Amino acid sequence: MQNAFGETQNIVVLGGMSEIGLAIARRLITPATKSVVLACRRPDAATTQIASLQREGVDVRAVAFDAADTDSHEAFVEQLRRDHGDPDVVILAFGQLGDQDRFDEDPATAVKVAHVNYTGAVSVSLHVAKQLRRQGHGRLIVLSSVAGERVRKANFVYGSTKAGLDGFAQGLSDSLEGSGARVLIVRPGFVHSAMTTGMKAAPFATTPDAVADVTVRGLKSGRRIVWAPGILRLVFAVLRHLPGPVWRRLPLG
Amino acid sequence: MSTDFVSTRLTGWGLTAPSVARVATVAPADVAACVKDSGVRGVIARGLGRSYGDAAQNSGGSVLRLAGSVSDVVVDPESATVTASAAVSLDELLKIIVPRGFFVPVTPGTRFVTVGGAIASDIHGKNHHADGSFGAHVRRLSLLLADGTVRELSPTDESDLFWATVGGMGLTGIILEATFAVLPIETSRCIVSTVRCRDLDELLSEMSVGDEDHRYSVSWVDLLARGRSFGRGVLWRGDHARVSDLAPKLAVDPLRYEPRHLASVPPIVPAPGLVNLLTSRTFNELWLRKEPRRKDGQIKSIPGYFHPLDSIGSWNRLYGPRGFIQYQFVVPFEREDALRRCIELVVESRLASPLVVLKRFGAANRAPLSFPMPGWTLTVDMPAGADGLSELCRRLDDVVLEAGGRHYLAKDAHTRAESIVRGYPRLSEWRRIRDSVDPDGIWQSDLSRRLALLG
Repeated sequence: MQNAFGETQNIVVLGGMSEIGLAIARRLITPATKSVVLACRRPDAATTQIASLQREGVDVRAVAFDAADTDSHEAFVEQLRRDHGDPDVVILAFGQLGDQDRFDEDPATAVKVAHVNYTGAVSVSLHVAKQLRRQGHGRLIVLSSVAGERVRKANFVYGSTKAGLDGFAQGLSDSLEGSGARVLIVRPGFVHSAMTTGMKAAPFATTPDAVADVTVRGLKSGRRIVWAPGILRLVFAVLRHLPGPVWRRLPLG
Repeated sequence: MSTDFVSTRLTGWGLTAPSVARVATVAPADVAACVKDSGVRGVIARGLGRSYGDAAQNSGGSVLRLAGSVSDVVVDPESATVTASAAVSLDELLKIIVPRGFFVPVTPGTRFVTVGGAIASDIHGKNHHADGSFGAHVRRLSLLLADGTVRELSPTDESDLFWATVGGMGLTGIILEATFAVLPIETSRCIVSTVRCRDLDELLSEMSVGDEDHRYSVSWVDLLARGRSFGRGVLWRGDHARVSDLAPKLAVDPLRYEPRHLASVPPIVPAPGLVNLLTSRTFNELWLRKEPRRKDGQIKSIPGYFHPLDSIGSWNRLYGPRGFIQYQFVVPFEREDALRRCIELVVESRLASPLVVLKRFGAANRAPLSFPMPGWTLTVDMPAGADGLSELCRRLDDVVLEAGGRHYLAKDAHTRAESIVRGYPRLSEWRRIRDSVDPDGIWQSDLSRRLALLG
């Protein structure tokens, strides 16, 4: 349950190795918090992540979760509820960037990424939404990306999965209206993180911490969509309408 | 008969931590059927929603409003008792009983609470030092249990369950009806004496002598004043006036009772609300100045003396969409140092609104979860969206609990399970009695989940 300050007791990060997911979780931990669950493929490899969130009185643990294994999602959400009670905030933070050149070479790898980023996210989100509806409260934070706002040639497989996810999350948000459960869609720009190491930063590049700050502010004020940094909302309002020939020539990496 | 449930977003009076439940208004005869079909998220009863936090919310479960009519209220002048549906409010009751020469045994700062809520929260008022809390005046009640049966409880028969229900926050069952003592009065007026105190030392010493000479006693403290005026406030003590106390004009109709509604706050007050340091300081200054330094024998009406805020409808909206919390604690008399420390912390924070109440409680009753115990109780409203409020509340919690004090469940919207375990040493006794009549955990609320009250 949340208290009068909006502080939550049970926090779940789907994609428990995600730097953004962890940065958000870190900010949501308060004296009210009882548990933080990092759901990831290899829980045994999450020791530093667990340690970074450890606080007195908070049960931080990693549990096995495979976004690609959609058949396991129902049982996964049920187990979460059994072990910790109502999930108050669920952060959907998993996603793979992949390499567009490799996708072009070997389409099967693109299918895998699309399956995790979109199908896996749809599957687990719907199971989480079902639980939130049943419990009459709770937040689902969906990490989308500006890459889905207007998909560019440099990473169009990744971008299209985020475009799909973003549309899905908007619809889910509308469908949850009146249920007590709510969705917050986060649209970060280029984020300096392990996922993007070695890549050339796009303009308005940001950090996991900055994205997390924006997210937590959005949660408090009850927003439905936040951009990180906020300026990207304006930037993409323009980019979205650029004629194709201009868009293709933009040096966006 | 099937009952119509409507998915509804609910909050407490503080407007914080909303959640959605299936809500229905049900006749006493249909309650058992609703409880039977409740499902895993259980049931809680809701009266007028004046608990500040989440006591009458049940996210994902059922919330039942009992249908009950004031026309069924029975007043027995002989024994000075009233029998009423749990759904009847003190407001409705007062309109009936005051003209007949009776007053409710206990009233909080609002008359918009139901009889059921008054028992479930074991409410207290300005007369706690003299008369105890509401539960002390209940002669009997009927409680609908989790298995659908109705049980008659009284302080002598089934007394364990009776006292677990008093202050039990609705978690032992649904109170359907109660009989309780009422107080004979000669007039509908109070006779009040006022002392304005220039600082906390003066206020506490004025409060510490003389409570026993009056039925009602309560103080207001300016929790924004600093320096030499730190802790300045006003102490009011009162009694029900006798006919001989009234001016001839009033004495013509001594039991005349006409509560007035002045205005309502509109549904939308934009963030961050209208309660801030500037408005609160101005209010406090004016409020203090209007009071005489020392005056006896002022005649006040029941609404004017007991329920001044009730004349403004939905005043909780003044805090804006993020709502507010009402922090209330009690610490034992011998820990006046803890009271002072709490007042210092609140004053330093600059977060207090003008709504502040300081009172000395009398003896506790037998109910394991009843809030009052001998000591100082301080109540302060603060806007929930304010920066630093969470940190302030944690620091206050530490001081209160270290001093052997506790928090009032009907007001709580912030504290943790550990605070309740520490503050209510008889919690496990209450759980044992509760579990014996609700082994499957039918009675649930957001409060019970947040604070793990059911264990």
